[in-house]
Amino acid sequence: MSAPEPDSAVPAAPVESASRTLLVTFVVCLVCSVVVAGAAVLLRPIQESNQKADLIRNVIAVSGLLKEGLTEAQALKRIDARMIELATGDEVKGIDPDTFNIVKAGKDPAISTELARREDVAGIRREPRYLPVYWIVGANGDLKKLILPVYGYGLWSTMYGFLALEEDLRTVQGLRFYQHAETPGLGGEIDNPKWRAQWTGKVLFDEKWKVQVEVTKVAVDSSTPDAQHQVDALAGATITSRGVENLLKFWLSDKGYGPYLARLRHERS
Amino acid sequence: MSYEHRKILIDPIVDNNPVILQVLGICSALAVTSKLSTTITMCIALTVVTACSNAAISVIRNHIPSSIRIIVQMTIISSLVIVTDQFIKAYAFTISKDLSVFVGLIITNCIVMGRAEAYAMKHPPLPSFLDGLGNGLGYSALLMVIGVIRELLGSGSLFGYQILLLERDGGWYVPNGLLLLPPSAFFLIGMIIWVVRSWKPAQVEEPEYRIYHAPRPEVAS
Repeated sequence: MSAPEPDSAVPAAPVESASRTLLVTFVVCLVCSVVVAGAAVLLRPIQESNQKADLIRNVIAVSGLLKEGLTEAQALKRIDARMIELATGDEVKGIDPDTFNIVKAGKDPAISTELARREDVAGIRREPRYLPVYWIVGANGDLKKLILPVYGYGLWSTMYGFLALEEDLRTVQGLRFYQHAETPGLGGEIDNPKWRAQWTGKVLFDEKWKVQVEVTKVAVDSSTPDAQHQVDALAGATITSRGVENLLKFWLSDKGYGPYLARLRHERS
Repeated sequence: MSYEHRKILIDPIVDNNPVILQVLGICSALAVTSKLSTTITMCIALTVVTACSNAAISVIRNHIPSSIRIIVQMTIISSLVIVTDQFIKAYAFTISKDLSVFVGLIITNCIVMGRAEAYAMKHPPLPSFLDGLGNGLGYSALLMVIGVIRELLGSGSLFGYQILLLERDGGWYVPNGLLLLPPSAFFLIGMIIWVVRSWKPAQVEEPEYRIYHAPRPEVAS
């Protein structure tokens, strides 16, 4: 580190008075806050549209429409987003599902309710009152697949994902997490396509519409009748696997989408 | 560009590399190098922050009372980091999701702070800017090497394009899962430091302690 000599021409030390210190602090803070606030405000619209596009991309990915040979634009046309009230299962007008933030809604006391510890199977503490659901519709607007946002606590993080159900509302089309911070290579393998593929075709309810799903440590024996409700746990990620099982149990129960699913079944029978 | 300026810029890339010689900035080097796309974004972010913070701090260096100089440096560095993070979230959204907190953690990267305190506080803006740029590039050079090794051998791809056909897709290559985990970067950095110090023995540090070899006790016969 030779190069230019430290400049000695300038007065050696700045005035070390209290007023000077305060002035410098004030000016630095003012300039920095203007810069930070400016960047945050100017870039927010772009960031929000990114987030929205990302959410829809995840909905399309879990829907399996791309595998059926549709392009992203075609798939987008078949998505019908609706807001529902979880407790009653009613559809709600007046909230835009496209700009609804699931992560924030689960923390906002104004639109979420606290869960008792006993009820809080998924480890989420508060449950939003409203959530968006996504219908994948056929040619005349009828329900072909139902996509539900689900989330719950794993080992380190809350895992946010989507569960896609087939038309019969009991068979899984896909389960996919889009946001989590589980250990890469262990719990992070919930993103592994092979593990995700295991979920497709699994049945989450028994004949009486009681939730029936299990992530097992013992390899699933496909000859037993229970195999349709079972998925192999991830190796070395017991707690993450249990988290996935718990969050499914929670969201399919009466506390979660139960009332809405019951209403759909009733309307369609 | 004069010879001296060029030297300020080039020196930290090989001869005075902040990671290899000074062993700074290791934390993020472990965390972001499993994929080249995240590595390169992190490198650009850190280089921009180091260069700009060095320049900004150098401009006001004669007005910073020494009693609060560290906190003033921190304020400037963190503001630049937040702005950079906002830009990445706006223009490279998918990569920003992979980088998660690590762009924010540039604030605590010793290279940025180290250059501000060691260089920018004592030199005019232009050399300070070049010094920041050089150190950022030195960090980037090492991270890119590690990123290439980790992504190629860990996932068989570079920038997401499959180079080695994986066995699970019908190819021949069995990926080495260790390289996707952070400790592998630690081993790689260690090996690179070893290679560089064998090539340039001037970088080898004097050992602080030497192992004392006790004389063998006489064996009574």
